[in-house]
Amino acid sequence: MSWLDNDPELSKPMPPYVPSTEPVVIKIDNLVKRFVLRHTRSMKEAFVWLLKGRKGDLSEKFNALDGVSLDIHEGERVALLGLNGSGKSTLLKLISGVMHGDQGEILARGRIAGLIEVGAGFHPDLTGRDNVYLNGAILGMTKSEIDENFDSIVEFSEIEQFIDTEVKFYSSGMYLRLAFAVAVHTDPEIFLVDEILAVGDEPFQKKCIKKIKELSQRGKTLIVVSHDLDMVKRLCERGVVLENGKIVEDGDIRDAVSHLRPDG
Amino acid sequence: MTTEIANRDFRRPGRGRGLLDVPKHTFLLRLLVDKELQVRYRGSILGILWSYVKPGVQFIVFYLALGVFLDLNKGLENYAVYLFSGIVLINYFGEAFGNGARCFVGNGDLIKKIYLPRELFSVSTIGVGLIHFAPQLLVLLIADFVVGWHPNLMQLACAVVGMCILTAFAYGLGLIFGVANVFFRDSENLVDLLVMVLTWVSPIMYAWERVADKAPEWLLHLYLANPITVSVELFHYAFWYPTLEYEWHVPPHLLSMWTPLAVVIALVTVVVGDLLFRKFEGNFAQEL
Repeated sequence: MSWLDNDPELSKPMPPYVPSTEPVVIKIDNLVKRFVLRHTRSMKEAFVWLLKGRKGDLSEKFNALDGVSLDIHEGERVALLGLNGSGKSTLLKLISGVMHGDQGEILARGRIAGLIEVGAGFHPDLTGRDNVYLNGAILGMTKSEIDENFDSIVEFSEIEQFIDTEVKFYSSGMYLRLAFAVAVHTDPEIFLVDEILAVGDEPFQKKCIKKIKELSQRGKTLIVVSHDLDMVKRLCERGVVLENGKIVEDGDIRDAVSHLRPDG
Repeated sequence: MTTEIANRDFRRPGRGRGLLDVPKHTFLLRLLVDKELQVRYRGSILGILWSYVKPGVQFIVFYLALGVFLDLNKGLENYAVYLFSGIVLINYFGEAFGNGARCFVGNGDLIKKIYLPRELFSVSTIGVGLIHFAPQLLVLLIADFVVGWHPNLMQLACAVVGMCILTAFAYGLGLIFGVANVFFRDSENLVDLLVMVLTWVSPIMYAWERVADKAPEWLLHLYLANPITVSVELFHYAFWYPTLEYEWHVPPHLLSMWTPLAVVIALVTVVVGDLLFRKFEGNFAQEL
């Protein structure tokens, strides 16, 4: 029994999955992302390698994403699932624009805000206050929008007394609180969340999930990467399972979860 | 619950439009410049005053060593002003270029985790460079007024042109070396070396005539094709020449040929840097 079961809002069973007919907001077509495992980082080594007639491989390659095609519709709540190294976080990074794919294409429309990693877009030497402005601006807010939302952001994060402390002194939970607070206040149309809620404590996790649900009820699109299968079962209606960079299951979240957990 | 999203155009996430993105993001740009200054002067008592102290000391050392001990004063009237008008430029260039070359690696944490138009990092280094340039220019102007300075409009315009050439050149080179630095960390060491060499192959400490006396013509042409030489000479023309009692000549064809050439070279550097940046930007996150 986890706390999820005690929450009346979250313990309601998810309605049966019906493929969405809303407009597509993210269109992914045959996407390939190749990682190069570079063996060298200096010009000297690369030069010696060239002189030796390019013997041996200077680098090793593998495909983190290997021909992924996926349409995500407005208002959908999608969980990207898979074991470690299956490519789900890479896919999220490509959607956010942090990386570019090597083949295929991603098209997106609408304001995207990502909580890809704890403290994404925070500079350790700046105070919480400065980071709210920096992060807000990176996520596309204007100065007046941030001014207007500042108090509400700080209130949501519950770290009022540390807001003028440099964030390098923050705990990972405090990082998350502030980052999440900024991200939800940017009023994104597409919200990307990677495995980060794990570092928050239970009350804050609840608060985040409530906020995520609220966003989703307002028609926002949600894409979550998580290993917490119980949580995604309650949060998302659609599950996409990746294995070695390929989609192996796409549909009802319950089917996706049972694909990963055949015995449960 | 279809919203107006259906009417919007698709775009490809993470594909910036290069410099065209900058006007749309002036607020973010200002924050990045602020961030850079705050981080640099964090915990320092003098703070931004260091940007006066450093060139000031550098100036005194060069003036004593080169002007007084090496007697360069004799050939050049108001040698102190001559020297300083070159030094402020090369300081600006070194700072903008050096920080530009380091900016992607230095902002690795941001680049890895969140998307923003990354050329803003390069542009912000120019902003930081200009902020540090301003006090030095002020010192130069004060020195100018002390020795008596009567420039005409043409000369002032030359200073602006020189500044623009150097800014574009530093930006382009910073972008090229910044991209290279993501893949090979050697490139930031190369930058310091390059700035040092460029300092000495420009007429900053000495007059261009000394090169003309010793060098064959082709070498002099190569010397004058260096955009930094052109900027420095434009600055001499604007800030030093109008303090002189006697006639002095800028290098032949400076305004008619070498300045336009420098503009072209600087712009080509920017274009090359921009192309390289666009080609490799998508791999920054995984390389850092």
